[in-house]
Amino acid sequence: MARQPVPRGAIGSLILIAGIVAGSVAAFSYTGGFLSPGRLTPEKLLAGLAPSGGAIPGHRRNHAKGICFTGTFRASGAAASLSQARVFAAGDYPVIGRFNLGTPDPQAADGTVRVRGLGLQITTPDRRQWRSAMIDAPVFPVATPQAFYGLLQAAGSKDPDAMKSFIAGHPEFPAFAGWAGSAPYPASYAGTAFNSLNSFLLTDAAGRQQAVRWSFRPEAPPEPMSAADFAGLGPNHLAEEITKRVAQGPQRWTLVLTLAEPGDPTADPSRPWPEDRRRVEAGTLTVERIQPEPDGPCRDINFDPTILPAGISLSDDPFPAARSAAYARSFNLRTSEWKDYPREAGATGAPRP
Amino acid sequence: MSDTLRDRSRAPRPARFSRLQRSLHWLMAVAVIAMLFIGVGMVSTVSPAYVPLLTTHRTLGIAILVLAVLRLAVRAARGTPPLPVDLPRPMKIAAKLSHVALYGLMIMMPLIGWAMVSSAGNPVLLLGGVQLPPILPANGAMHAALWKAHAALAFCFFALILLHLAAGLFHGLLRRDGVFESMAPVSSERRREAPVMSESATRSRRSDDSA
Ligand code: HEM
Ligand code: HEM
Ligand code: HEM
Repeated sequence: MARQPVPRGAIGSLILIAGIVAGSVAAFSYTGGFLSPGRLTPEKLLAGLAPSGGAIPGHRRNHAKGICFTGTFRASGAAASLSQARVFAAGDYPVIGRFNLGTPDPQAADGTVRVRGLGLQITTPDRRQWRSAMIDAPVFPVATPQAFYGLLQAAGSKDPDAMKSFIAGHPEFPAFAGWAGSAPYPASYAGTAFNSLNSFLLTDAAGRQQAVRWSFRPEAPPEPMSAADFAGLGPNHLAEEITKRVAQGPQRWTLVLTLAEPGDPTADPSRPWPEDRRRVEAGTLTVERIQPEPDGPCRDINFDPTILPAGISLSDDPFPAARSAAYARSFNLRTSEWKDYPREAGATGAPRP
Repeated sequence: MSDTLRDRSRAPRPARFSRLQRSLHWLMAVAVIAMLFIGVGMVSTVSPAYVPLLTTHRTLGIAILVLAVLRLAVRAARGTPPLPVDLPRPMKIAAKLSHVALYGLMIMMPLIGWAMVSSAGNPVLLLGGVQLPPILPANGAMHAALWKAHAALAFCFFALILLHLAAGLFHGLLRRDGVFESMAPVSSERRREAPVMSESATRSRRSDDSA
């Protein structure tokens, strides 16, 4: 007879086992946020970004309207003493990029969108990549990802006082609002400057760290226009114009690093650094060829600002991590919806009848 | 895999898993459970912890892949203790199938994760700045399928581990048939003093395994 009699504590043991299993399920659910509706999740940020009719399947959840390009980043070597990243060592490195408009609607007319963006991926021969997504605004509207979610909620709210009370609670917002309300619209992507806004750390060969922000400054003049004049150029002016322009000759931007000094607000992209900070011209971006987004090389790239080569790393700025989480979610969803993406060239960004 | 898991009825079989097997089992149990918690935790946060958690997740996941292959090799060389003779046949089959599934997931989950990051066109960066090569070309639709598989299998994995844990405790606390002791992390000296069961009883009750 092999089986021992059921021990006296059998019921107790069963309860213990059930308790351990239930406790594990509870801990797992808690960790996954299923029990914490208050936690700011990537899903919530995407819901906040979505237009009132819901997200457009197959497309980026923000900066949905864009056009691909390929080109070269020529490092001057001037930043090599600041960072050991290969991308700063003098040399030419291939680039895939994307000019874009800060809207969740891939069909939005250019004149209705205030913010322009630039997505960049630079690959060096050591197989390392530097990805970055920048905008033309000189400051970000808010100081934290939580506040950004608050802004999205206020902007999408039916309550007429929602924006007013949001602004009252966020003294940093007027700097961005002032720019959005008064800055002229450059007539071309080619005349637009793009800023990292977020700060990152450069690490040199000796391990010394330096906080920086950067900008890509255009070689072409900005040709500033009023909102009304710019809107008059047509709903897809920017993509059409940059396609023609680059077909006639490559377009260039200078990468300018701005070096923080102790006490500069590295964690807060809504606050600019003083104008007199040291600047280093790290290299030149040359845009050589424009390609439509459908089947273009940039479509399935996630320009995640946390994909960095050794020698560049995250600072105390909370945005890149939050953006990485939200961009990954957006990428997962849009690649899942690939059937909804209009593949025929010209379908995206083409005027609606 | 099925070959190494099949009964080798003629070969002499150990009474317990070897020290190395037990160490690997418990080390990997901690690692896999940590992976599941890191996984669901990281995809539900936008805090600065997201980035280091994801890097840790990729690194530990690849470590699990390496350890799982090592563990199967040790298993093929050393064998496993037989299940108790009196264990009902359906339970034996369930035990074996669940172990096949656990081994399968310990290998498939990291491979799917690695393939998912590869097909996204993202660099497979580990802690310490190590970068693994992609195992698939960049492809959006492929990425989407792998992303869904990774998440769905992760939840299956968690459910299976709970079942496995409940079964292990059932053997240890209720059946007291030596199955739990065969994998218990304590040394055999201490175990012999334990009142649960003597070494010879364990061996005789686990000597035949003809499921
Ligand atoms: C918490 C704040 C932010 C959230 C939730 C957010 C959200 C998003 C999302 C969901 C996308 C689409 C990603 C994809 O599917 O590939 C996106 C794209 C983009 N974002 Fe953000 N963003 C944030 C902050 C910023 C900041 C601070 C900048 C610039 C300094 C920026 C610039 C861009 C640009 C340029 C793109 C387009 C990149 C491309 O071409 O793929 N975003 N953003
Ligand atoms: C958390 C508590 C756990 C307990 C109490 C536990 C207990 C046990 C026990 C008693 C055995 C021996 C079964 C036999 O004699 O055939 C075993 C085997 C096994 N366990 Fe666990 N385990 C746990 C977690 C895990 C986890 C997380 C995994 C992850 C994948 C795992 C994978 C395995 C595998 C694959 C075997 C079969 C070993 C073989 O036959 O080569 N265990 N476990
Ligand atoms: C034993 C191995 C592994 C386990 C148990 C595991 C488990 C998980 C879990 C539970 C999630 C969250 C799923 C969700 O709720 O959406 C997850 C996500 C993820 N895993 Fe793993 N994983 C493993 C290995 C790997 C490996 C080796 C990699 C990469 C090299 C990887 C990359 C990822 C990524 C990138 C995500 C995030 C997906 C997203 O953006 O939603 N995993 N994993």
